[in-house]
Amino acid sequence: MANTSESWGSRVGLILAMAGNAVGLGNFLRFPVKAVENGGGTFIIPYLVSFLLMGIPLLWVEWGMGRYGGRYGDHSTPFILDNMTKKRLWKYFGVFGIFTNIGVMAYYTYIESWTLTYTLKSLKGDFLGMDIGKVGETFDQYVDISAGVNFPTWALLAFVITLVINIWVLSKGLSGGIEKVAKIAMPLLIGFGAFLAIMAITMGDTGKCEDCNSHIGLNFLWEPSYDSLNNPKVWLEAAGQIFFTLSVGMGTIQCYASYVKKRDDIALNAMSAGWMNGFVEIVLGASVVIPIAVGYLGLDWVKENAGFMMAFKTMPYLFDQFASILPVLAGVAWFGLLFFAGITSSLAMGTPWMGFVQDEFKWSRNKSAFTLGVFVFFLALPTIFFFEYGVFDEYDYWTGTVSLVVFALAEVILFSWVFGVNQGWDEINYGADMKVPNIYKYIIKYVTPIFILVIFVASLVQPKNNEWAKAFQGDWELDPSSIIGKIMNKGITHNTAYFSDVQEAEKSGVVESIEQDDRNHIVNISNVQTFYKTKRGHVVKKEPEDGGEAFDSTVADKLFVKKSAELTISKGDQIEEGQVYAKGSFINRIFFLDMSRLLLALVFIGLAAMVRRAQVLRERRA
Amino acid sequence: MGTSALITMIVVQVTVTAITGYFFYKVLTTPPKPEPDSFSENDDEPR
Repeated sequence: MANTSESWGSRVGLILAMAGNAVGLGNFLRFPVKAVENGGGTFIIPYLVSFLLMGIPLLWVEWGMGRYGGRYGDHSTPFILDNMTKKRLWKYFGVFGIFTNIGVMAYYTYIESWTLTYTLKSLKGDFLGMDIGKVGETFDQYVDISAGVNFPTWALLAFVITLVINIWVLSKGLSGGIEKVAKIAMPLLIGFGAFLAIMAITMGDTGKCEDCNSHIGLNFLWEPSYDSLNNPKVWLEAAGQIFFTLSVGMGTIQCYASYVKKRDDIALNAMSAGWMNGFVEIVLGASVVIPIAVGYLGLDWVKENAGFMMAFKTMPYLFDQFASILPVLAGVAWFGLLFFAGITSSLAMGTPWMGFVQDEFKWSRNKSAFTLGVFVFFLALPTIFFFEYGVFDEYDYWTGTVSLVVFALAEVILFSWVFGVNQGWDEINYGADMKVPNIYKYIIKYVTPIFILVIFVASLVQPKNNEWAKAFQGDWELDPSSIIGKIMNKGITHNTAYFSDVQEAEKSGVVESIEQDDRNHIVNISNVQTFYKTKRGHVVKKEPEDGGEAFDSTVADKLFVKKSAELTISKGDQIEEGQVYAKGSFINRIFFLDMSRLLLALVFIGLAAMVRRAQVLRERRA
Repeated sequence: MGTSALITMIVVQVTVTAITGYFFYKVLTTPPKPEPDSFSENDDEPR
């Protein structure tokens, strides 16, 4: 049994830390975007059903597992799982509970550093007077979007500062570090969110365009429409959102709960933290980005462009439309709340490693925190330097998406069927300050595992463009973003070798001009695309459901080619998709994607080897 | 905003706020368990 001097300072502190773990950037960015993509008001129904049938059960399961493991002195998932069964292999499923956190922390801390920089930029008024294109360019320059290796000096420095802050807080322990941050960050986050939500709701008609009205955005988000409830895609997206928003399947909840003593409540604590996250997401998250964006850019623009990067590429422009000093205040509130949402989550991601090495290898708190910092720093570098090659997204997919589902499925099966639902039910109810409804015993045993299994299988074989009806009729082509599609690199159709002597165009167009900067040839190309003018006068790429007038328009694009390569095209040439446009020595995107997967696999294997070593040390000590 | 959207928004947001407030209120008003409990701030002596 391991000894630990860690403990929570207060019950409120524990709940705020646990809620802070769950509340992340996704509450303000992912949830409203998913709602927009899945029919607005319709989305809330499968979302709430998923919360009741999958989210709440998983919260109780993870709190229960954590407190149970803590009783035996274990504070990380490999040995928490190991305590629950005599079958020793289960602890290797527990490796996901450390792996996921380190992998996600690597790129998440990088995003967190953007929010820190953008808070300072907003405070300085850097975005005042910029148009939307310039705001987007500022971000591209900040992360150094160009051909080949990215070397964003300021972004790298901000990342190091953010990581050092995280590591310093972690080195102060649970009550002295994480809990203190949560007690400051969570009230501020809610305050900033409430300020922005009030701004959005009271904004109304801005007169910027025919339908530039924040109430139209709110109407779209909340107008119930039951047509798409029979669409599996909407259900899968809603269930996926519940996963990410509650931070279940990560191992952080078990880790935090492992410091709760047996006689103390977990049932009410889990509900309080879980619903606090729901409040931030449904009440605040839904009331900020979409209404403000619709208020200044119109609903058609938002339907077409809603995405994660709006936070950095669009919001500063929107805040600049506010009057007087409000642009600065709104910018600081927005990026400040994202920073607080980020840091309370990244601190939670650090704790499974801290618990593991302190328990098993008897490392001091400072040594544990320092090694975590070094580990995360080196793991994050590929996402920074090879951002343009998609390494960042690859980390997010494998560690922040697939691993969560795999681990959640494993843990709920272990809890319900191996440990046994009767014993598990007793664990959840022991010391409970609320009556847990009996129906949840059956939901945990049958419904939740099936729910997660369906999500996993659906992610594995997701049909192209999420067209499930077509797939069930026999036309089942895998989507490039399905797990199998990803492994097969189905999304890559050109430049499919790791190394090549030529570059093939991924888009067609006409070469308008060729420029050069320090590192690249910059080929400006244009191509003709079909657009639609909506009934409200907006121009969109997808044909609107209520009809629109089609017209062709020329779109400008850029190709970056490293300077050492020789261009085989010149001004005025027409480039077709797949045509060779440069000769030289190239390392293609597919190489970086496969290498990042290999790196993550090696990290997993390395952590599994550490767990094996810990097991040997335990046996020697026994 | 349309009436049905307004009603949905108010019902969902008020319900979620009320449930969150209820659980947090219960946490604040439930008496702590006898020592030794999980929390160090209410200890008689520092750990």
